[in-house]
Amino acid sequence: MDVIIEILKELHPDVDYETNTSLVDDRIIDSFDIISIVAEIDDRLDVQIPAEEIIPDNFNSAAALAALVKKLEDED
Amino acid sequence: MLFVSYEFIAFTILLFVLYYLLPKKCQWPLLLIASYVFYWIANPYYLIFIGTTTISAFAAGVLMDKAQGRADLAIKAAKEDGSYTSDLKKALKAKAKSSKWKILLVSMLFNLGILAVTKYTNFVITNINKFLEDGAALKAVDLIIPMGISFYTFQTVGYLIDTYRGTVKAERNPFKLALFVSFFPQLVQGPISRYGDLSKTLYGEHKFTEKTFTYGLVRILWGYFKKVVIADRIITAVTALIGDTETYTGAYVFIAMFFYAFELYCDFTGGIDITIGIAQCLGITVTENFNLPYFSKNIKEYWNRWHITMGSWFTDYIFYPLSVDKNMLRLSKWSREHLGKFWGKRLTVYLSAFIVWLATGVWHGAAWNFIVWGLMNFAVIMISQELDPLYLRFHKKFKVKDKAGYGVFEIIRTIFLMSLIRMFDCYRDVPMTFRMVGTMFTRFRLSTFTDGSLLQLGLGSSDYIVLAAGLLIILSVSIYKYRSKKDIRDRLYDTPWIWYGAMSFLLIITLLFGAYGHGYDATQFIYNQF
Repeated sequence: MDVIIEILKELHPDVDYETNTSLVDDRIIDSFDIISIVAEIDDRLDVQIPAEEIIPDNFNSAAALAALVKKLEDED
Repeated sequence: MLFVSYEFIAFTILLFVLYYLLPKKCQWPLLLIASYVFYWIANPYYLIFIGTTTISAFAAGVLMDKAQGRADLAIKAAKEDGSYTSDLKKALKAKAKSSKWKILLVSMLFNLGILAVTKYTNFVITNINKFLEDGAALKAVDLIIPMGISFYTFQTVGYLIDTYRGTVKAERNPFKLALFVSFFPQLVQGPISRYGDLSKTLYGEHKFTEKTFTYGLVRILWGYFKKVVIADRIITAVTALIGDTETYTGAYVFIAMFFYAFELYCDFTGGIDITIGIAQCLGITVTENFNLPYFSKNIKEYWNRWHITMGSWFTDYIFYPLSVDKNMLRLSKWSREHLGKFWGKRLTVYLSAFIVWLATGVWHGAAWNFIVWGLMNFAVIMISQELDPLYLRFHKKFKVKDKAGYGVFEIIRTIFLMSLIRMFDCYRDVPMTFRMVGTMFTRFRLSTFTDGSLLQLGLGSSDYIVLAAGLLIILSVSIYKYRSKKDIRDRLYDTPWIWYGAMSFLLIITLLFGAYGHGYDATQFIYNQF
């Protein structure tokens, strides 16, 4: 979770990622940000997020993203 | 059969009557018949194309589902007989994925191949001929381009990818899938619906309710008003301005730019209003394709509000898969290590965006002007992305971000920029577009607006009054939605006399001020050609 918040903070430092649950819906992060997040997660956590998992629900909050990463790690 | 024709209106009314009179289980089969009749009237040969696409997508969907089903069964069986291991599960899933991928690839290439051959053969021939001697020149081929092929092919490919990903189950009834591919209101110009969304209401049994039906009716009338009163009126001036590039330079190009922006908006959103309105009358929910695009404060926001279903199609099915592809991630890693932080973060994102905008340009048409149009969008988005930190600093320092005046400035700036890029679509000739836009800065005469020149473009002063009043009505409704985030119909519906009064008003002004008769022709929608 810490690494994910760190990645998100690098993109938009002013956002409170502990509480925000509508990052995509409120357009705080856009498609370019999402690709940067996917690349950083691949780089730092060695977890590959497939295209079919790139849906708003998985990127709307740091917690949802952490849950996705955990799910993908468990599947691996 | 044009949307703007008595035949189409009669066709739709007859459909509404039958739809609610026949037993409810006949509703979706009736829609399938109506859709095929609609397509058959346009050209019987079109049915071969749409039929082929449907059959191939049906077969591919079922085969992919079966491949997945086999893997799921094998995993279940292994769990029951105690031979289950996580490695076995992984192996079975990988095998299913590989089979599904092969089926997806073949079906996608087949359908996109049909699109490519019908739409792009002559573009390729023309460009090859530029390099050949006159005697060796290839002859253009006479090919049928089925109406709405780009729309239904993309919709079908979306269905195939969703089935591959497992986000939807394959449709097991070929006739239901045929309806999804051919649903007539959206055949002409979209929206590009997703199977997961449209199928929720497309095959259901719908009871007639006054509210849903009249909501749909108002939406249809709103669409006709925009199309017939505004777009089909202003097109006269746009055609004149674009048609004579010798006379209409300088300020005329500026006028053409905004007239075309107004025309395209009313034409495309009007057409989509008719589509969504017809669907709503039938109790079917079609995804919105616009969300006040001319209220966008930057180009990225504009593309989130204009032709939404096309933008999201390219994002979900091309941009994301391309960006998270193994090779792309490897390139991303390499660029971080070798090119530094700046390029490391940007290279793959920009590369994917470049490919997506190139594809968006090509999707719009087989011509260089569309390709340049796509790449201009790419360039502007990239530049504004890079300038973003600068904007943020500016906004922080001058605290203008929340001021209404600055918001209006941002909106006007975006409209101007998007209209400027759209000039490639207007003149349909890349060097000509650059030349004409250039004259806007070198030969601009302010007197063009006041010396009566505007009355020489095929529109009289009464036409300008109608256009101004139309703009005012559209603007008022849009500002209401922008501010309240509500559908104006929700407010009007509560008071019956206002509701039916608004409906009658729309009907009357469309009938009275529609651009028909005295030399006008009802025209096909601009997006129909894509």
